[in-house]
Amino acid sequence: MGTDKFELRLYVAGQTPKAVRAFANLRRICDEHLAGRYSIEVIDLVDNPALGRGDQILALPTLVRRLPTPIKKIIGDLSNTERVLVGLDLRPRRTNA
Amino acid sequence: MAKKRIDRGEIQKAPTGISGLDEITFGGLPSGRPTLVSGGPGSGKTLLGVSFLVNGAESFSEPGVLLTFEENAEELAQDVRSLGYDLEKLIDQRKLVVDYVHVDRSEIEETGEYDLEGLFVRLDHAIKQVGAKRVMLDTIETLFGGLKDTGILRAELRRLFRWLRERKVTTVVTAERGEQMFTRQGLEEYITDAVIALDHRVHEQISTRRIRVVKYRGSTHGTNEYPFLIDREGITVLPVTSLLLEHAAPNERISSGLPVLDRMLGGKGFYRGSTVLLSGTAGTGKTTLAAHFVDAACSRGEKCLYFLFEESPQQMIRNMRVAGVDVTKWVAKGLLQFQADRPNRHGLETHLLAMHHAVEMFDPDVVVMDPITNLLAVGTNNDVRSMLTRVIDYLKTRGTTALFTSLTSSDRTLEETETLISSLMDTWILVEARLLGKRRTRQIYVLKSRGMPHSDEVRSFRFTDQGIQIEERRRK
Repeated sequence: MGTDKFELRLYVAGQTPKAVRAFANLRRICDEHLAGRYSIEVIDLVDNPALGRGDQILALPTLVRRLPTPIKKIIGDLSNTERVLVGLDLRPRRTNA
Repeated sequence: MAKKRIDRGEIQKAPTGISGLDEITFGGLPSGRPTLVSGGPGSGKTLLGVSFLVNGAESFSEPGVLLTFEENAEELAQDVRSLGYDLEKLIDQRKLVVDYVHVDRSEIEETGEYDLEGLFVRLDHAIKQVGAKRVMLDTIETLFGGLKDTGILRAELRRLFRWLRERKVTTVVTAERGEQMFTRQGLEEYITDAVIALDHRVHEQISTRRIRVVKYRGSTHGTNEYPFLIDREGITVLPVTSLLLEHAAPNERISSGLPVLDRMLGGKGFYRGSTVLLSGTAGTGKTTLAAHFVDAACSRGEKCLYFLFEESPQQMIRNMRVAGVDVTKWVAKGLLQFQADRPNRHGLETHLLAMHHAVEMFDPDVVVMDPITNLLAVGTNNDVRSMLTRVIDYLKTRGTTALFTSLTSSDRTLEETETLISSLMDTWILVEARLLGKRRTRQIYVLKSRGMPHSDEVRSFRFTDQGIQIEERRRK
């Protein structure tokens, strides 16, 4: 396991069930796998619609790994922990994935 | 047929400002609804959409949003610049927002439920920024390459078009033509208001662009395929099915440039706004006769547009100077303009549009096409006739007098084409060269001239250092 600091952004639009689920899933995964070395910034596009452009947000919820580079995006309610870990580069991608 | 009258409740239209397209759609695209514009690569769909936005912002006080899904932002900017549009200026004036949407499947992991609300938020934000009334989505099907869950994507697209309708923004949705359908992903299922198909065909190395309004709910529209042109002036669509035969018939007469010929034409020359066919074999003086006509028009202070399909302007001017008709001064004065084009460089439709354009720009009183027979190289007789019908229609509507020269082969039988096109002509003059003894004698006669008593004499003429001299009396 690395010691990189994870800077994460979760984009949502309002307190939708999907958004709430995504945030809960994210907290759980981070606490289990990145304890002490992560930060989560939640950006609600309803309040800040202009921010969607910068990170090229289309789908919601979208989790953006800002650091470590390269930037990674994971879309969806993050309910599949395995895929979230793969998306964050915390698990090697299966070759036939 | 007990057809319901739909014109009464015709829907509101948003004019595209694209010359010709508003005519065939009777006013523009359905206002407040999405229109699908489908076509292959390079068919001009993006330029059509951008023209719609730019014209909306500049001419109709309708700001716009361009949401582009294409990878190459620079390419778009270049294409658009080639049309003379300055998007940056419109953006500065807050009449336009351009948002580049970029989706890269390789950097996206999908897990669990999601929707495309982010796209909606961005679009909504852009619309509010400028108070947009027009939106262009170019090309939204790209999303199918970026997202794996097509089920979600389809549901969200359906929602998007409903949302756009609710916002009452007039939307152009471009799509790549599919194998069997107008779009690769069947977008026509969601966009049912209006469908426009663009086509770019190359036949025997000659390219022609065509546009067709496939569907237009709640509105009448022209159903034919119409040729269109993309050039520095933007997009021009030519509504080609003949307008009604409603041209004014002026009584004014104008000189042919040769007093004797005028006398043969009921004493006064051609009718203004009429069409004249001048046919003859090679070397009989058709171009010189045309030059006399041009010279007379310019002497009256009228503007003349001369289409050359065989020679270069320099060549023609030199030859005419030698023949005794110097038109150089008219070029210098801006009264005479040449437009030289090789017939086989474009398809007929493109020629037609180029002619339209040239006429629009120069606004001539008199037009010469020399020789129209060269256009035969480009199309079949029927095509050429139909094209000439449209040219003539157009010129008549404008009240422009037109002289066409036609080269006939020397076996003296009238060409099939000539018979075909002669019915479109008001006046038909023939010139011939005959061997009389050891000399070639040139003769001219008026075969027909509508609406005037004309001479049925065959007159001889000769070349002098002041051009053509027609003999006063019939040669015995």
